[in-house]
Amino acid sequence: MNQAPVAQDIKRSDLLEMYYYLRLTRSVEDRITALYRQGRIVGGVYTSHGMEAIAVGYASALNPEDVIAPFHRDMGAFLIRGFSPGEIISQYLGKQAGPTKGKDGNVHMGDLKRGVIGFVSHLADNMPVAAGAALAFKIRGESRVAFAGTGDGGTSRGDFHEAMNFAAVRKLPVVYFCTNNQYAYSTPVRYQMAIADVVERAKAYGMPGEIVDGNDVAAVYLASKRAIAKARSGGGPTFLEFKTMRMHGHSEHDAATYVPRALLEQWKAKDPIVRAERLLAQLGYGDESYFHEVGERAKKEVEAGTAFAEQSPLPEGPETLVGVFATENEVLP
Amino acid sequence: MTSATAVQEGQTTYVDAISQALDEEMTRDERVFLMGEDIGAYGGAFKVTQGFLEKYGEWRVLDTPLSESGFVGAAIGAAMMGLRPVVEMQFADFISCAFDQITEVAAKNHYRWGAAVPLVIRAPFGGGVHGGPFHSECPEGWFFHSPGLKIVAPSTPYDAKGLLKAAIRDPNPVLYFEHKFLYRRIKATLPQEDYIVPLGKAEVKRAGRDVSLITYGAMVHLALEAAELLHQEGIDLEVVDLRTLIPLDKETIYTSVRKTSKAIILHEDNKTGGIGAEISALLTEDCFECLDGPILRIAPPDTPVPFSTPLEEFFLPKVSDIVAGAKKLAAY
Repeated sequence: MNQAPVAQDIKRSDLLEMYYYLRLTRSVEDRITALYRQGRIVGGVYTSHGMEAIAVGYASALNPEDVIAPFHRDMGAFLIRGFSPGEIISQYLGKQAGPTKGKDGNVHMGDLKRGVIGFVSHLADNMPVAAGAALAFKIRGESRVAFAGTGDGGTSRGDFHEAMNFAAVRKLPVVYFCTNNQYAYSTPVRYQMAIADVVERAKAYGMPGEIVDGNDVAAVYLASKRAIAKARSGGGPTFLEFKTMRMHGHSEHDAATYVPRALLEQWKAKDPIVRAERLLAQLGYGDESYFHEVGERAKKEVEAGTAFAEQSPLPEGPETLVGVFATENEVLP
Repeated sequence: MTSATAVQEGQTTYVDAISQALDEEMTRDERVFLMGEDIGAYGGAFKVTQGFLEKYGEWRVLDTPLSESGFVGAAIGAAMMGLRPVVEMQFADFISCAFDQITEVAAKNHYRWGAAVPLVIRAPFGGGVHGGPFHSECPEGWFFHSPGLKIVAPSTPYDAKGLLKAAIRDPNPVLYFEHKFLYRRIKATLPQEDYIVPLGKAEVKRAGRDVSLITYGAMVHLALEAAELLHQEGIDLEVVDLRTLIPLDKETIYTSVRKTSKAIILHEDNKTGGIGAEISALLTEDCFECLDGPILRIAPPDTPVPFSTPLEEFFLPKVSDIVAGAKKLAAY
């Protein structure tokens, strides 16, 4: 597939930065997976392996003042918002230095100062929350946008529909996405919905929708840019269905024997990093040695982050009791 | 701001006190805005927000689709961005539709990742109004068990206004249970000036020597009525109005029970696993030495709130239940 024509609309520096974040995402998650296999991470490890282009693409398309409510396979969004590999690995190790200070694990991270709403396991719960963030922007007359999503399974929940409806009714500056990776844990899309494409759901709410190749970082970026620009200019919400494939189990404990091997083989050829490299090469923005160099840089950062996380202290037991309630100075101005 | 209810001779009803609190807070702080079903042009099912749409406009008095989970979630998002949403449940019963957003998102966000959620959810609750199983519930017990929420249940117009203002100014999610039975049945003269009733402070509504009765909401008035009858029989009932359920004012409860050595907990929520059970357990843990009799709970049976008048009358606690309970305890 020749990707160059659309990607020419993207600045070279932006494409190169996205490539770096694709590599950094994969390095961080590969390291986390290795730590899990060594028994050093307890609990679930949900990765975006093979789907990195989605979070990297959309998070790159947003402005820093915009707000994201990520899906649980959006590691790239955290990295782009400035969560360092050290902080992230600390989070997975339950360390003090993690964004939740050990209060929550893995991808359940958030930080309002960096415009990231913390992930909630109850899928689609943050979709109405993102509508509310967008509502706040609209009430205050700010030109900010909220960007939130869930998986194919999450679109079955009531909160998905209530959020889509409310956002459309009030023409809120929000962009919703679905990472359609074809499986919700072990349940294939055909048992999740009686429609072929998730984007069909948007029609019911009078919301424009678009199917996007989720393994093409340039396509994700451009589609996100269009939807964000529309939301920012008062045009209301858009729904983006990012088509992709979950290449691992639901969590690392899950061998995903329910997924046909042939399907995985077929999608392996569409790996977003390989495709980004092909694109960069076509555009003359990078070659093998450059890709290697970026990969090494990412690995080094992750190694430094791992060392930092390993040296960080665990929280003390009594810290359990801290933080149930907020104080006035913690409310955003 | 006056609602459809007649305000007689400068007297403010409980429901008008709520309207006044909302109006004054919206005037005081432009971050405060309202969301809910039929609160705009219609002024709310109980007319709490009558006239607000004209005064504040449709973006501060926001009629929502019929989707409690969706609009509570949206209120959480707006609160995290620095606004101060006050959400109206048309009836407290419908709060079950938003249970997940309240207990999993609003209640846990600050603990998990440090995001303050300054949100108020007003929930008209309680029976005695022939509402049946879906318009009479007292669902506070469900949330009493969820760390991260504050819970308020005023019994008077003064407290209704002062506690709502305090709730709006609090940086946490606050569930504000307003009793429908009291809306237009009680009146008071309220101060002209701005005031709040701080969260977490109970009030001894009637001092007494013999038996402590701990309660909240509409049951406070039942307790005060019973206290008068008991007084005639030489039993001096102390009535403690919790006003706030979370944070629970243990000190006021303990001080009262240490004085009287006898405790009754009265509530309109079902008996099993209710707030009375928790207070009873606290008293045995922390005040065992001072007790001079069993701790009694007076609460409805474990059934839904029935509709038909004789059934609902049977269901709800009565003055005679309190009198009988206090006599039983006084005899120890």
